[in-house]
Amino acid sequence: MKSDRIFGLIIVVVALAYIASATQIQTSFLADPVGPKTFPFLVGLVLAVCGLVVALRPDEEQVRVRSIGKLALAMVVLLGYAYTLRPLGFLIPTAVASGIVSYQISPRVTPALLTGVGLSVGLFLLFKFVLGLGLFALPRALLS
Amino acid sequence: METLALLAQGFAVALTPKILMLAVAGCIIGTVVGALPGLGPTNGVAILIPLSFSFGLNATEALILMTSVYYGAMYGGRISSILLNIPGDEPALMTTLDGYPMAKAGRASDALVLSGVASFVGALLATIGLIILAPVLARIAFLFGPAEYFALYLLAFATLGGMASNNQAKAAIAACLGLGIAMIGLDNSTGLPRFTYGNLHLMDGIDFLVAIVGLFAVTEVFVFIESHGRDSAIGVKLEKLRIPVRDIMRSAMTMLRSSVVGFIAGVLPGAGASLGSFLAYVTEKGIVRDNSQFGSGDPRGVAAPEAGNNAAAGGALVPMLTLGVPGSGTTAVLLALLVTLNITPGPLLFQERPEVVWGLIAALLIANFVLLILNVPMVKLFVLLLSVPPRVLLPGVTMIAFVGIFSLSGSSFDLVLMIAFGVLGFFLRKLDVPTVPIILGILLGGEMEDSLRRAMVISSGDWRFLFSSGISTGLWIAAVVGFIAPMFVRNLLKKPQAITD
Repeated sequence: MKSDRIFGLIIVVVALAYIASATQIQTSFLADPVGPKTFPFLVGLVLAVCGLVVALRPDEEQVRVRSIGKLALAMVVLLGYAYTLRPLGFLIPTAVASGIVSYQISPRVTPALLTGVGLSVGLFLLFKFVLGLGLFALPRALLS
Repeated sequence: METLALLAQGFAVALTPKILMLAVAGCIIGTVVGALPGLGPTNGVAILIPLSFSFGLNATEALILMTSVYYGAMYGGRISSILLNIPGDEPALMTTLDGYPMAKAGRASDALVLSGVASFVGALLATIGLIILAPVLARIAFLFGPAEYFALYLLAFATLGGMASNNQAKAAIAACLGLGIAMIGLDNSTGLPRFTYGNLHLMDGIDFLVAIVGLFAVTEVFVFIESHGRDSAIGVKLEKLRIPVRDIMRSAMTMLRSSVVGFIAGVLPGAGASLGSFLAYVTEKGIVRDNSQFGSGDPRGVAAPEAGNNAAAGGALVPMLTLGVPGSGTTAVLLALLVTLNITPGPLLFQERPEVVWGLIAALLIANFVLLILNVPMVKLFVLLLSVPPRVLLPGVTMIAFVGIFSLSGSSFDLVLMIAFGVLGFFLRKLDVPTVPIILGILLGGEMEDSLRRAMVISSGDWRFLFSSGISTGLWIAAVVGFIAPMFVRNLLKKPQAITD
């Protein structure tokens, strides 16, 4: 009930912001009859209307997100992975990230460690030698 | 006869060692992807697309590989439905209704063989349907101008939102989000940036592969972590495989009828395989004389949805290839593959690149027989896969997704964007907002806007032009009906989720 109302309102706000930034689009003097603004306006308008409909006529179900902490941690781990994959090479970030994600799914230390190391080495061999991707195994600083 | 000549040409393309190897590899990967719970055809294909580029495959090869994966996933989905009562992918949901009771009654291998045969019948008939229908539709598609295309895109969103979701407003929100995202980047006709906020990464627009992998693969990881990973690895006992001739004979008519129903559902733009298996099951339950066993292990209840979803998978390729409008989530991903390979699907594809179309069709016919062998005599190998625990599977899938996207552009920005889509997908999933319309919106948004603008250029700004031809008016009416009608029949036709419990 409540979650759909909040969601609907967020959508309305997003739609209004979208329309607002659509007004900022520069128009070229060569523009066709429709121009670059109309379609985004229409999309924003439909979005706003649908957001209102959801906010006013929400589904019964109340959505609960359990274990927000774990999800936040997973997100941070993945973000960290995204930024370290390039500078630190494939092996170390992959082992750490997949180990942590594995631990989050099933909280036992040894299997998680094994999963991390196994996936890291296994996937590296797969990508590098079977698929021939240009990956770096170790931190670039060590190689140069 | 012309069709047969073209098909022969297609076989000439497909019967080379490399293509055959790719088709077989695709079938194996697809069956694996389908069998593993939580890894469906859409995200399976999405994860593999970036990797297939790094192979350096040409267009025909990449398309054949991915379509084999797609067909394979449709076969494989039934395995965990029958053995674990967990659908391996969404279209296999209906198979749990009678498949799992059959397995509990000690007839697991009978159910697997029967459903394998049903899958084969459905997929084969659908591929034949594709051969017959696609050239015809491609000819009709020549009559389509920008106004008709605009109406057709609208129809795709309307049927997808109307039939494939529980709440039209939410489906429309998803479609608008996708369309809105598609506007980011340089405007096609004026060349000026829109919604980039001065960010250079956004100038090219948002790559739909990043969105697809984020919304499907990364979201799956978050969902799993939240639900504390129901460990699916359960010891399953399979008795000796034998062919249940009686069941197959008894459900022969069922398979034929369900294939037809599934194929039609697949051809409708936006409807897809889940609807195909659902309609096939419901129709069959209504038609057969003695339906008291349905829901408690009737072999026909196993055959119907499997024939239906495989037929729908083939049917969904028809609008994707001839009109460039995907009929389901996975064909949307396949469309993304085509676009990335610089192939524009549509009527011209059949004239200018016949080797791609007919090579693909021939490869699908071959893939079907390969899949029959993989899924009937060799099904035990895939059953073993179900013992891979989620704690290994999901991190593995995540890392493959990351490396795939990373290998596309080598930029951390795309990876971060992918995570953002994963988070978005997680919340949308919790709120029961479908994510497939987002993908469709991102994919079709540019084309949809272009066709609108071209139509307005032709008519110099007269909006009535959009409804001027018979075809476009028909499509508009179909779109409105497709969106609104399900609201009224919803009480009659309960969604599959409601039937399960």
